[in-house]
Amino acid sequence: MEQIVVPKKHNLRRNLTILLVAALIIGSARFAGFSIVGTLSGILRGGRLLGRMFLSPAWSYAPRVVDPLVETIRMSVVGTFIGALVAFPVAVLAAENFIRKPLISRPLRFILNIFRTIPAMVLASLFVAVFGTGAFSGVLALAIFTFGLISKLTFESIEAIDYGQVEALMSLGANQINVLRYAIVPQILPQFLSYTLYGFEVNVRAAAVLGYVGAGGIGQVFEQNLSFRRFDRVGVIIILTFFVVLAIDFVSSAIRRRLV
Amino acid sequence: MIRFTDVSKVYPNGVRALTDINLTVEEGEFLAIIGLSGAGKSTLLRLINRLIDTTSGAVEVDGMMVNRATGRQLREARRKIGMIFQGFNIVKRMSVLSNVLSGRVAYHPTWRTVLGLFPEPDKQIAYRALQRVDILEKVHARASELSGGQQQRVAIARALAQEPRVMLADEPVASLDPITTVQVMDYLRQINVEDGITTVANLHHVDLALKYATRVVGIRAGRIVYDVPIKGLDRPQFFRDMEQVYGRPIHHDEVLGEA
Ligand SMILES: Nc1ncnc2c1ncn2[C@@H]1O[C@H](COP(=O)(O)OP(=O)(O)O)[C@@H](O)[C@H]1O
Ligand SMILES: [Mg+2]
Repeated sequence: MEQIVVPKKHNLRRNLTILLVAALIIGSARFAGFSIVGTLSGILRGGRLLGRMFLSPAWSYAPRVVDPLVETIRMSVVGTFIGALVAFPVAVLAAENFIRKPLISRPLRFILNIFRTIPAMVLASLFVAVFGTGAFSGVLALAIFTFGLISKLTFESIEAIDYGQVEALMSLGANQINVLRYAIVPQILPQFLSYTLYGFEVNVRAAAVLGYVGAGGIGQVFEQNLSFRRFDRVGVIIILTFFVVLAIDFVSSAIRRRLV
Repeated sequence: MIRFTDVSKVYPNGVRALTDINLTVEEGEFLAIIGLSGAGKSTLLRLINRLIDTTSGAVEVDGMMVNRATGRQLREARRKIGMIFQGFNIVKRMSVLSNVLSGRVAYHPTWRTVLGLFPEPDKQIAYRALQRVDILEKVHARASELSGGQQQRVAIARALAQEPRVMLADEPVASLDPITTVQVMDYLRQINVEDGITTVANLHHVDLALKYATRVVGIRAGRIVYDVPIKGLDRPQFFRDMEQVYGRPIHHDEVLGEA
């Protein structure tokens, strides 16, 4: 069969891109003080540390990890719950297909976008500075973080509903609250619950490290043991946290799959 | 029962959907509206319960100026006007009963309906409505489990639960097969005849108009170009008239056949 000859695609743009990306990587590595030797010795040191954490973890310490772990989960539950509760009405107001008041929805969406860009860790440090260390600051950080996440996902769901059902309710004399109750909530409830569970999963992971800035939970214990260089205990904490997070993720995503 | 006086509708994007509509529908009539796609049939229907606003002119339903009603007044006017749609528009994630009961929301304070606390007489109204369209046995089924024809019957039951004076139907059978089409149209006629509910239906199939309506109105490019009572009209004459409304011979798919 005859060979088909296609003119070569000229690669100037691609080559320039590669060059630029390479320059950026090398440039930032130098800026960050990256060195191969330093990295290698770091890896060695890290390996020794990992050995101390996981080769002989202090299992006797495990019972004392339970309480802070439970506290972490509790923080996540409360934070998720409050965040989701506030997120729902705000999402309804932010959706542009229902209330249809751009003077409300536009600024609201803008604020929600800002909320979502602040990491939970930053919020937590802020609240620790304001309200002091402890679970309260952590819960507040998680609630606001969850609020940002869920409200955005939910108003997008509301905007994607079948509007025919809304019109049908309006046509029979329903007011807006009735429309919400009978045409919108039934359509988005499964998604909303799913987002809430997802928020919970994210929160459990976030809550596990929040303690690092003093916002309660397992992270706080982790940080203390690390500062005392009790790597055997740190190992126990990491292992238990890992399995708890894994179990919660597993259960929660199983439920979510059945929801939608 | 329904009166359009010099009604025009221009959509915000500048599309002129209706021009100088004058139309009176008497109580108990079964009015079929026919016309090409885009002629303005849905627009006309949706002005009757003010799902859209008139640009000029007046729309009066059962003595009320619907085009000026707002808020509570509008909701009370709408309560008397049932509407069914091509896409059924029942709430798929609710039970059949909840769907039909939602037809009663305008009769009760919001707090009650939000909690789903409908009084027993309302439930009886809902059951009876379901019985009218022979689907009472599905009362506890989830609406999404029903076939298209069954969903449209639930939609009719929801409209019946409103205890309406007027029934609007926007291409109610366009998504249904010929057999369920006849069923659904039979129910609409039965309700029209037995309850005296004034009915206005947009129909795609011209022979359905001939079979079910008492009067046919043809719309072309936003104007009423045809308005004839069915009584005494013979079939060949009717089809010749339809070609005027459509500006071309009737297409194969615009006749259901053996209806
Ligand atoms: N919401 C809308 N915005 C702008 N134009 C519309 C809207 N709805 C309908 N139209 C236009 O108005 C005209 C009449 O539409 P419609 O009443 O839906 O016709 P029919 O129901 O007879 O097919 C069409 O040209 C259509 O494109
Ligand atoms: Mg239409």
